[in-house]
Amino acid sequence: MQFGIFTIGDVTTDPTNGQTPTEHERIKATLAIARKAEEVGLDVFATGEHHNPPFVAPANPPVLLAHIAAQTEKLILSTATTLITTNDPVRLAEDYAYLQHLADGRVDLMMGRGNTGPVYPWFGQDIRQGIPLAIENYHLLRRLWREPVVNWQGQFRTPLQGFTATPAPLDDVPPFVWHGSIRSVQIAEQAAYYGDGFFHNNIFWNKEHTAKMVDIYRRRYEQYGHGQADQAIVGLGGQVFIGETEQAAKDFFRPYFDNAPVYGHGPSLEEFTDMTPLTVGTVEQVVDRTMEFVDWVGDYQRQLFLVDHAGLPLEVVLDQIEILGTQVVPELRRRMEARRPEHVPSNPPTHASLKENRNSPHFRVSPGESAEEAK
Amino acid sequence: MRTLTVISAGLGVPSTTRQVADQIASATSAAVSARGENLQIQVIELRELVNDLGRALTTGMSSPALDEAKELVSASDGLIVATPVFKASYSGLFKTFFDVLDRDALNGMPVIIAATAGTARHSLVLDYAIRPLLTYMRAFVVPTGVFAATDDFGSEEGSLLDARVNRAAAELADQMVASASVGGLGGVTSAGQATRRLTGVDPAENLVPFSQLLRGHDGM
Repeated sequence: MQFGIFTIGDVTTDPTNGQTPTEHERIKATLAIARKAEEVGLDVFATGEHHNPPFVAPANPPVLLAHIAAQTEKLILSTATTLITTNDPVRLAEDYAYLQHLADGRVDLMMGRGNTGPVYPWFGQDIRQGIPLAIENYHLLRRLWREPVVNWQGQFRTPLQGFTATPAPLDDVPPFVWHGSIRSVQIAEQAAYYGDGFFHNNIFWNKEHTAKMVDIYRRRYEQYGHGQADQAIVGLGGQVFIGETEQAAKDFFRPYFDNAPVYGHGPSLEEFTDMTPLTVGTVEQVVDRTMEFVDWVGDYQRQLFLVDHAGLPLEVVLDQIEILGTQVVPELRRRMEARRPEHVPSNPPTHASLKENRNSPHFRVSPGESAEEAK
Repeated sequence: MRTLTVISAGLGVPSTTRQVADQIASATSAAVSARGENLQIQVIELRELVNDLGRALTTGMSSPALDEAKELVSASDGLIVATPVFKASYSGLFKTFFDVLDRDALNGMPVIIAATAGTARHSLVLDYAIRPLLTYMRAFVVPTGVFAATDDFGSEEGSLLDARVNRAAAELADQMVASASVGGLGGVTSAGQATRRLTGVDPAENLVPFSQLLRGHDGM
């Protein structure tokens, strides 16, 4: 089981003192947060991709991830998410393969469509084509990482004749890919077809909805012949704030929650905690709540927490990561592995595991095709 | 058995808007019976959903009560939608409910539109505000709308209100009984394709096999 953190790099005013970090401070804080994640034994650091204030998640995540790769040894570097709709798949193939080389394979990525309307026209695309863009661009990306020479003619980019993406993926192992979607079942279907991972961000949706999305992905994964439904590769988001006591945690976090750009000025902290996975309380409460995720979606492989948000000061964020890494995650690992059936993978595929398993469907462009023909 | 759902944005208890909607519902029940079918009537009071709707706007998250309402609406064979007139249009509560429905929630749905106001000067609100909203949702709005001003309840005009209610009910009953393919969420015959409805509650209702999604996009 992999545990980690994911960030969207929001630049938010601290409501308790009115101070707003500069973009420079926020970007440097992100590095400190990633280093801390490695130091306390977390497995994954994932960054969003952003093109608009008040966010300073990188426009091209490999820029940030390559820098972190140079400062860490074990941390798996990922995205949450890489925009598969508005980026040129050729640049994605080349930039992420290059990152893979720099990071010695400690890389996977998560595809998303983006939730900012104008980002599509900024990059010459049309939001109404969001799903077709995600489908076509990802298929091209798969081919670029798996076929030495690609001839391509699609609907959304210049045709390619005799094109070789450079560099090739490290050891000819394309990075493992997750597909993130909150509500688009077509994306769960896409993840299932390719046998890729499915990630539900989970933090702005009620648990019933998350469970339904994961269930569809699992059923379709089995139908496409990649294994049993309970062996499909699932990741979830979540957000927590941990304190000595529940009251202390709530007292500290409430002003941040109440004023945060995303959920502030709407439902109360209590309502939001009730409706979504947000947990504000003690280590035990966070562990118990996270174990409930397993009841909703089955035994899964990756849990990412959002901790650096809503204007929380860097030292508080680092302290939260420390508690996560030293107290929450070890107990979660123990309890999750204790209940996991033998045949359900503990971890998502990694560079090392894929390298040792060249027969994996991961190496085929369209691994769902054979199951379809069999029908 | 046909199902009729009343959506009332009335705020008072009792509410004039709800009272008018109930009157239309009874007339529709009689009209459907006269055509040899039974009618089941269910009511959604939007005032009971006001907090859920507020949360849905700010967080994008639905609630069990809202999901239930969405499912009731899309599975209906016909609707009566009724709002008080606020500031020359439908009320914000009324509009918010339609704002959170799936774009395909009302495809081909037979509907009577109704409004109440303090003065008859607002009567065109039916046709410049409410009808376009329902048309945008691809609902089938019957020609006769029902507008009731306070005056209608204490004047000879009142009997004309009854006549409009009965005419609207007859138009709705014709549509509800005629549309043999109305199966709510079920119809996937080619004839029923235009009236296939999505609630947005269950993600599985949008599932399209991947081979279909990939068609024309594999670069070959």
